[in-house]
Amino acid sequence: MRQNTHKCLPQIPLYTELFEFMKNYFRIVNTQKPKMELYQELTKDVRFAEGLKSCMNCGICTAICPAAEFYDYDPRILVATVQSRNEKSIEDLLKSDVIWYCGECMSCKTRCPRGNCPGLVIMALRSLSQEMGYFVESEKGRQQLAIKRVVGENIVYRGYCILPENLVPELHPEQGPVGEWIFENKEDIFERVGANYKGDGEGALRQIPQESLDELYRIFEITGGFERFDKIENFSKFKAKSMGYTDPEEEYPDYVKHVFTTNNGKHNRQ
Amino acid sequence: MKKEGKIQVWQDYQKEIADDHYFYVRSCIRQNFFPGSEQTFLKILRKELNKDIYENPHHTSCSGIGYHSDIVPFDTIQTIIARQFALMTEAGYKNLAVSCITSFGIYNEIIETWKEFPDELEKVRTFLKKATGREFEIPQNVAHASDIVYKFRNKISSIGKNRLINQKTGQPLKIVEHIGCHYSKMFPCKGVGGAEFPYVLAGMIESWGGEVIDYPERRHCCGFGFRQYLIMSNRGYSVSNSRKKFESMEPYHPDAIVSNCPGCPMFLDRWQYVIQEMENKTYGPNGQGIPVLTYEELAGLVLGYNPWDMGMQMHQTNVEPLLDKMEIEYNPDLKYTRKDGKMIGKPMMVGCGW
Repeated sequence: MRQNTHKCLPQIPLYTELFEFMKNYFRIVNTQKPKMELYQELTKDVRFAEGLKSCMNCGICTAICPAAEFYDYDPRILVATVQSRNEKSIEDLLKSDVIWYCGECMSCKTRCPRGNCPGLVIMALRSLSQEMGYFVESEKGRQQLAIKRVVGENIVYRGYCILPENLVPELHPEQGPVGEWIFENKEDIFERVGANYKGDGEGALRQIPQESLDELYRIFEITGGFERFDKIENFSKFKAKSMGYTDPEEEYPDYVKHVFTTNNGKHNRQ
Repeated sequence: MKKEGKIQVWQDYQKEIADDHYFYVRSCIRQNFFPGSEQTFLKILRKELNKDIYENPHHTSCSGIGYHSDIVPFDTIQTIIARQFALMTEAGYKNLAVSCITSFGIYNEIIETWKEFPDELEKVRTFLKKATGREFEIPQNVAHASDIVYKFRNKISSIGKNRLINQKTGQPLKIVEHIGCHYSKMFPCKGVGGAEFPYVLAGMIESWGGEVIDYPERRHCCGFGFRQYLIMSNRGYSVSNSRKKFESMEPYHPDAIVSNCPGCPMFLDRWQYVIQEMENKTYGPNGQGIPVLTYEELAGLVLGYNPWDMGMQMHQTNVEPLLDKMEIEYNPDLKYTRKDGKMIGKPMMVGCGW
């Protein structure tokens, strides 16, 4: 099996060097900022072109939205902000928690009388937020590192989004006593129900052949998948350091735990 | 409206579902939580319906959970999907059978993107060729696995051993059907009955003798929300949305919930346990929960399959109340055994409350 050798900044072993590298990196990013018009960047994403044709601000999307019931979130206002083309407002949005509240259920797509889809606009905004490094400026945005570390690396190195080994009872108490029983007896249970856990050939939970994982790896290399991963890692590590986290291995596990578990309690609709 | 007019209107809510020769792609979530359901689906197609369905061990995740939690770029997932199509093309198949609703939505989204933005298709062909040397054809037919069970629901009914009937009262079992959001909310024409009148599960329930419950929050999301469940501190979103559905369906006293999405049945099963823990509230009679089934499990029960062979011991909310109503014979001693019949050991607790 291919080892996880895809390290970000592998040539920089020391904090000071890392700090200098990132300072330089941000200087470059910042000098590029005035040249990048955020709205224009959004229009390059086909999902944005498909998701926002012309919004008349009727609010049906908000009425149907599961996130708008739970979070202090209003897709109508979000789309109006984007549609304003006000660069400062869009930048503020990209740095905010707001764009991370959507569950991407796409219920809005069904209901919009103009055929818009705020969920697709959200996807374009989230991509741009990660591209620009703005995601680390919000509590919800910072969670991207934890998702990349688990789901992202599962996909590349095992060929699945989720693995039985991820369902550690302490991290998934909602799985209940049966979930704990499955976790502790997974080999026997999966065999009992006809799965092929870590086996060769076809079947549920099989080991994906190495040559197929190699193809996935090359797809990530060629299509910008690793570039996205690197941006999530690099911006997150810089943020972790600025928040006082230290780790000689540069993996920042305490920061990952922090973003995975922290909720400031200010996100919900009151 | 005249009958002819009604028929014409309903034509818009039908979809073409291939009759045979399927290339099967699995679901990440289903493999983890309901691997027995995927096996049951393949068994039904191959052994009961004599259909040709092929699985290539080299197919991978579609990366959809990564895509919808926004860590996987669009170019990347398009190329991964193109690779699945290449495997299908190389194997000589034209009909895709998709186990996962998230994947089903993504396959449709990408195929529609390629129709509307042909440059994207050409870009992806170049990416795939460069990364893998492979080429591909777009499937002629894309069906969710539940579409296929729906297509053959009456055949399953005719060879079935059990009906969705409360054998003690003789009344139809009252079933809540929950359709995964990405089945038809994005592309209504891709689902049986569209987004407004999805009939894929209701058709199965009616064909097998049950009664479909219509309730106010029938089309509300289960609350998965991708990043809203994946991250521990966001899970309030997820359980709150499921709770809203339970509160809405409770007055109708459902005997069971059935879903065609990999994640939804797991959430609707597990969140009942969590709500009992948090609020001491259960939604079934006598402090029990409402059994939550996959449509493959429901089909398997109709066909007389052993519930433990199908993996129904992997549910937190007890399924026995439903089995008892249908008078399905099962051996409780075999619920927690290995393949060789030896005892694994029992969970600390099964059901919604200690």
